[in-house]
Amino acid sequence: MLAYIIRRIMQSILVLFVVGLVAFSMFRFVGDPIENMLGQERTAEDVQRLRSDLGLDQPFVLQYWRFLENAAHGDFGLSYRQGRPVVDILIERAPATLELALVSGTLAMLFGISLGVFTAIRRDGWLANGIMTVSLIGVSLPTFLIGILLIYVFSVELGWLPSFGRGEMVMIGRWSTGFLTESGLKSLILPSITLGLYQMTLIMRLVRSEMLEVLRTDYVRFARARGLKERSVYFRHALVNTMVPVITIIGLQLGSIIAFAIITETVFQWPGVGLLFINAVQFVDIPVMAAYLMLISVLFVTINLIVDLLYFLIDPRLRTSKAGAH
Amino acid sequence: MQKLRRIWQSDLAWNFRNTPVAVVSALIVLVLGLAVIFAPLIAPHDPFDPTTLNLMNGFSEPMQPNPFTGEVFLLGTDDQGRDVFSTILYGMRISLMVGLLSVAFAMVLGIILGLIAGYVGGWTETIIMRIADVQLTFPSILVAMLIFGIVKGITPVEYRDQMAIWVLILAIGLGEWVQFARVVRGATLVEKNREYVQAARLIGRSKWIIMIRHLLPNVLSPVLVIATISLALAIIAEATLSFLGVGAPPTQPSLGTLIRIGQSFLFSGEWWILLFPALTLLTLALSVNMLGDWLRDALNPKLR
Amino acid sequence: MKIKSLLLTSVFCASAGISAQAETLRWARAGDALTLDPHAQNEGPTITLGRQIMEPLVDRDMKGGLVPGLAIEWAPSESDPNVWNFTLREGVTFHDGAEFDSDDVVFSVNRAMTEKSNYREVLASVKEVRATGPHTVEIVTKGPNPIMPNNLTNLLIMDKGWAEANDAVDVQDYEGGESTYAAKNANGTGPYKVVSREPDVKTVLERFDGYWGAGTFPLEVTRIEALPIQNPATRVAALLSGEVDFIQDVPVQDLSRVDSTDGLDVRKAPQNRVIFFGMNQGDVDLKNDNVDGKNPLADVRVRQAMNMAINRDAIQKIVMRGQSQPAGVVLPPFVNGWTVELDQVPATDVEAAKALMEEAGYGDGFSIKLDCPNDRYINDEAICQASVGMLAQIGIDVNLDAKPKAQHFPLINNLESDFYMLGWGVPTYDSEYIFNFLVHTKGEAYGSWNSTRFSNAELDAAIEALASETNLAARDESIGAIWDQVQEEVLYLPIHHQVLNWGMKSRVDSVVDPEDSPKFKYFAFN
Repeated sequence: MLAYIIRRIMQSILVLFVVGLVAFSMFRFVGDPIENMLGQERTAEDVQRLRSDLGLDQPFVLQYWRFLENAAHGDFGLSYRQGRPVVDILIERAPATLELALVSGTLAMLFGISLGVFTAIRRDGWLANGIMTVSLIGVSLPTFLIGILLIYVFSVELGWLPSFGRGEMVMIGRWSTGFLTESGLKSLILPSITLGLYQMTLIMRLVRSEMLEVLRTDYVRFARARGLKERSVYFRHALVNTMVPVITIIGLQLGSIIAFAIITETVFQWPGVGLLFINAVQFVDIPVMAAYLMLISVLFVTINLIVDLLYFLIDPRLRTSKAGAH
Repeated sequence: MQKLRRIWQSDLAWNFRNTPVAVVSALIVLVLGLAVIFAPLIAPHDPFDPTTLNLMNGFSEPMQPNPFTGEVFLLGTDDQGRDVFSTILYGMRISLMVGLLSVAFAMVLGIILGLIAGYVGGWTETIIMRIADVQLTFPSILVAMLIFGIVKGITPVEYRDQMAIWVLILAIGLGEWVQFARVVRGATLVEKNREYVQAARLIGRSKWIIMIRHLLPNVLSPVLVIATISLALAIIAEATLSFLGVGAPPTQPSLGTLIRIGQSFLFSGEWWILLFPALTLLTLALSVNMLGDWLRDALNPKLR
Repeated sequence: MKIKSLLLTSVFCASAGISAQAETLRWARAGDALTLDPHAQNEGPTITLGRQIMEPLVDRDMKGGLVPGLAIEWAPSESDPNVWNFTLREGVTFHDGAEFDSDDVVFSVNRAMTEKSNYREVLASVKEVRATGPHTVEIVTKGPNPIMPNNLTNLLIMDKGWAEANDAVDVQDYEGGESTYAAKNANGTGPYKVVSREPDVKTVLERFDGYWGAGTFPLEVTRIEALPIQNPATRVAALLSGEVDFIQDVPVQDLSRVDSTDGLDVRKAPQNRVIFFGMNQGDVDLKNDNVDGKNPLADVRVRQAMNMAINRDAIQKIVMRGQSQPAGVVLPPFVNGWTVELDQVPATDVEAAKALMEEAGYGDGFSIKLDCPNDRYINDEAICQASVGMLAQIGIDVNLDAKPKAQHFPLINNLESDFYMLGWGVPTYDSEYIFNFLVHTKGEAYGSWNSTRFSNAELDAAIEALASETNLAARDESIGAIWDQVQEEVLYLPIHHQVLNWGMKSRVDSVVDPEDSPKFKYFAFN
């Protein structure tokens, strides 16, 4: 048991190494940072000096090693674009993305689960079928288009909601929050719908199909036979039993919410880490790109690890098969 | 003939015939598929041939004569004077090709790796599943940007235009294979301890034959479901990548590229440049998704 | 009913009354300033933000004319042609209350000449700067420099004492990723002072009450919020929905929508920037074409044919929706040396062009790659795409490779592109600037952006001689001769001069700055 956990953690660290390598090697192909940093009137001499200042003239492996060494100390260097420590910028930008992810995740879960339960219970009703069909539109149009259409309708035509940014912020320590002002809350609505729509559809369909399966099990039939109320059967027995796979998926989707935030943040000029990353790509700001990818990797790998370990603890069958496999 | 009849009389076909949504979706996919195959015959123009373009035709309204050239276009023209109807037909070709091939690529890769991981186990499994973890770590958008950058760096310039499509296929395919591998591995883990597999092993069948002849057929139905849903996802992913500037080249636009171009004319009143490609994409993705939905329900015996 | 409307008017008056005192201008554009250090980056948005806060000796007004800034008078010395005398404005204070005097000027000019500065090339002719009194300064040049004041218009003056106290004497090493106090803070003499700054998110400026120009300029904007919004559709949406008051870069397709919206206006002006294609005409063979052993672009007839094939009127009408001025020369009309004759747009003549191609031995055409940015100039990618179609008419099969500017410009600079798009603005308003960068043979000191591989020793000598020619008539004549040769060679394929489109609330009163650099002290409200 302990051996398995240790081995799994070691593997995760190895994964991070590889991800770091892949991420790092990517930067050699996305463009030349020197070009952006020097203006139109620069000399060959400037370019050489800068190249050696940044260590870009050193062998690739050495550059990677230096990067890992520093990253281990939480030092991702200075952003080429902003001339400030990358860690500071990430800390400054993280609240925007986390608040957006939190709101859209919560919305996706609330609506996803309730609509999923509804469509499962009223399996053949016209409303349930209608919801199922409409929800598919959410996954049949690209996110950026949904965002732009929402801006068009709710900001430009109706003038109800802001089209960009986070509105007024309140600082709580180093955390800037939009939850405490009206404009901050209003600003959250369109981006979180855009970001959460896909996840909501996913959760809703998952809950529905899990519910349909559970409703057919002997356990639920038995509960019904005992004469329990329908509502109690649905929520006390059926829904609770669908929660394990649903929570797993939600866990795994958390990372993808943050990844998809790149597009939403670009459309809504939302000052989070996703926008930071896209800016970094356009500007070839290598330290920021590297830090972002490492951050995302750590997040995903950790979630993966936790999910795996939880499975291992919950499902004894898996434990034996895993043990047998090794 | 015999075979066809057997298919027609199967449970699945019966279920299909009795699900109107599935029939309509299948019909739409069929029509769109035919339109794509016969695009050169249907399309009034070849939007990929720059010598036939006249820039002065740009921004023609649907069914209205162009103020400069007097030409009339069914669905109007875009900012380069390309006939929107033709561009949609040709663009859908690219979208569908990218979608189908990337899913096929993901499916083959995922099935092979999933089977091996599940059946062979041990270190092989560990390595494959950890690679899958790395893959999951990078959302497909990031994977695509990465591959795009690398391939652009190493291919000779004259092949880049053709390469772009293959890079998209590779990138989107790489983003999706983990799904297949995970499902196949899971199913294989369950199946491999069944009696029939044990029996095959006992009579001395080789690993590969057992995997292909005995295990594969048993994991196909979940694979099929994932494949349909992945197809819709792949078509959308291609559109998203186009928004981030790593999609199909603008001289050979896909549906996604057309939508990206069209969205910049949303406020300016040239609605047709966005609306028609978007509707086409929506119809295509929606029908494929509906088919996937139906397939999942139909193939899941517990739901019947 | 009456009461209600009465109430409304009174509320309206009240709010109008307040607004006369405090007017915030929310200003959005695609990119943000890179730093607040005035000498670290010579880049458009950086200078634009910087010059609200700090000021140069010699300034430009909103029409591009030279006006007194921190210097009230300037003239070459009568005794020594290598010296320029500047008389400084008196009674000027920095935002922190410090007095402005000649020490600050000497400090700032010297600072801008240090190694890390981005203004070294602009000040390359300067030998020395010295204070001759508390409000007089001399700039000594290596040779006579007739256009010295033009070189100073983007050179912002810092407070010496402030820089010393805050460890900001050295220019921020922007490229080296250095961060200094001066990169995030500024103490200038300008009309606005920094309240807060979060790069790429929001920068807030407030009117400086002790500004010397208080009676001279409208100064009706009391607070500026600079908000970068990258996605063009979002930026336009923000203007349409009233969330911002002014956007600097309205996409051409959205102009009529903005203009026809109640309370919004579009203001236009020709920009000091010309867009063109460059061609590798110097190499024996090209890497990016399908012709082996020969360079089709080396033949002037091919270049003439291409020049005739491009239909600039169609590009202007459709791609640019009228928002451009077709060009016949790579020289913006504001710049010294420009003439109507030079800027004559070549007539589009596909048949004649085909004949020239035939004559040059390329009757069957050839194929070549065109490198194009997709985030730098107005509709850059669409212009390239349209050109692909036009060049196809004369048998040239163009493979378009469009990419972000960060990947595009290295191709040009590293001589990896044979056919590329480029745009050029001329901050000195003089042709010499263009010759130095785009016509002179590429080398250490000159021609750094001339990737045509064109090289002509005579022309090079004529260009180098311009710098020290003090007879302005002879200088202009020489400039004209150089342009004639550039045109004859078809060194570049000019496309058009860009037109600036500023979208703003109708009540904002401002003309459009030809360098796309708004100076908010001139903004008024009506």
